[in-house]
Amino acid sequence: MRSNALPRIMLGASERTLTLREHELTFGRVVAGVALEGELGASGLLGRGGAGFSTSKKVELLRHQRGHNKVVVVNAMEGEPVGHKDRTLLSSNPHLVLDGAQNVATLIGARHVAVCVSRKDSAVVHHVQRALHERERRGVGPAFELHTPPWRYVAGEESALVHWLNDNETMPQYRARRPHVLHVGRAPALVVNAETCAHVALINRFGAAWFREMGTPSSPGTTLVSVSGAVRRPTVLEVSLGTPLRSILREAGADPEPQAILTGGYGGAWLDGAHLDAPYCNEALQPLGALVGAGVLVVVPKSGCGLAETHRVVKWMAHESSRQCGPCAFGLPALAEDLRILLHGSRDPHDALVRLKERCAVIDGRGACRHPDGVVRLVESALKVFARHVEDHVNGTPCEAMTTTRRWVSVPALEHESELIWE
Amino acid sequence: MNRKPDHFVLRVDPILCDGFAHCHELAPDLVQVDEWGYPIIHERPTPVSELALLKSARLAVRGCPRQALRIERLDGPSGVPIQVRASGRLDESD
Repeated sequence: MRSNALPRIMLGASERTLTLREHELTFGRVVAGVALEGELGASGLLGRGGAGFSTSKKVELLRHQRGHNKVVVVNAMEGEPVGHKDRTLLSSNPHLVLDGAQNVATLIGARHVAVCVSRKDSAVVHHVQRALHERERRGVGPAFELHTPPWRYVAGEESALVHWLNDNETMPQYRARRPHVLHVGRAPALVVNAETCAHVALINRFGAAWFREMGTPSSPGTTLVSVSGAVRRPTVLEVSLGTPLRSILREAGADPEPQAILTGGYGGAWLDGAHLDAPYCNEALQPLGALVGAGVLVVVPKSGCGLAETHRVVKWMAHESSRQCGPCAFGLPALAEDLRILLHGSRDPHDALVRLKERCAVIDGRGACRHPDGVVRLVESALKVFARHVEDHVNGTPCEAMTTTRRWVSVPALEHESELIWE
Repeated sequence: MNRKPDHFVLRVDPILCDGFAHCHELAPDLVQVDEWGYPIIHERPTPVSELALLKSARLAVRGCPRQALRIERLDGPSGVPIQVRASGRLDESD
């Protein structure tokens, strides 16, 4: 397999999970990660977990840490309720992800790899377990461990994962300065997204030049996109970065004339439906206020109400806050309440709008993790993209969508606070 | 080359902080509070030569019931280093 066609990491994916033998027939055996050192930097791979941080920089940082007991943490928590990429990847070809983790472990000199899958995805846990057993029988590579933290939105945050490995608590930790090296016990830990691992495995096999044949110069390669909302069927697609949004949506069978698209995830941003010709990569989307993030696209059609969708998402995100930092614990429910007042045009919607903008500015950047910042970004982009909607709602003439119960962004049911499981 | 850090900023650990707002009482010029009582700290580094501010910052650090505050020395240039916030926006607010 050296052809330059899609799919790359989803090659050979079918209804059934690939066995180790099938995986090796498709991609070839795992090569020792010595050649990877220069290749990873040359490939320009950006992390696919949401922040889009350069993987080679992260690996370099960990490579220069002292100690021979480093840990690689594979993050397949999939905190986004509308994202399904890590789940899909791990249930179609877990060995590619494990190969990548093994390569990264060789590169930084780690002896242990912790694969973290949320215990909600019992099928994925099963697939990974089986894959680990297959590898164990071969008896090669570093020691793999499977961890199953509870599923929370913030549990996939890297410091929360490390906190889980240390103290069985899925709450983010405060890092005084960044970049910060996280530690499992006393061992430096490298947290990598599962999809990033799969790309690393392919770069190790076929080289950086092959990797860069797809994508754009500043964001090379392919990525997995979970498309949902007003589509024929929610799907996970592998696309080359820089593909026009319109063709991604066409491939997913989406509404050709949407009102807006939620990009990046729940902590992402709205993109106006007029910008469908924009290429799907960060450098093109950022000027439009959107982002690639965790590779999530939710299509909202003209008949939907973006404000109502935002309210539902923000309400859920406020509920998912781990309630450690004041601005997040008190600020996000306040944002949700302001949005509710706006939406239903109940008491003083004008005041609510002013308050909402003020609160957004106050909350931004004041949590230990980026959870509140993501929500603020979502609310601010909603106020911008749905400006006309907001005006109507404030003036007491809500849109027709408010008379129906049809909603487009899939939001999990709120659990009672006492039922939230953090450990 | 080994210049002495001539600027400082107050930093808060938001997880430790429980919103007692003592820091606002002790260093009102450096710390504002939001509507929930949690501190909003000036991100702009203050020159160490402003002794009154430095002293109030030290009082705030010592007066914090949760010990969530600390002073970070910066080797800031004489101008105003503009901090880029998490949202990528340039922050020039006072």
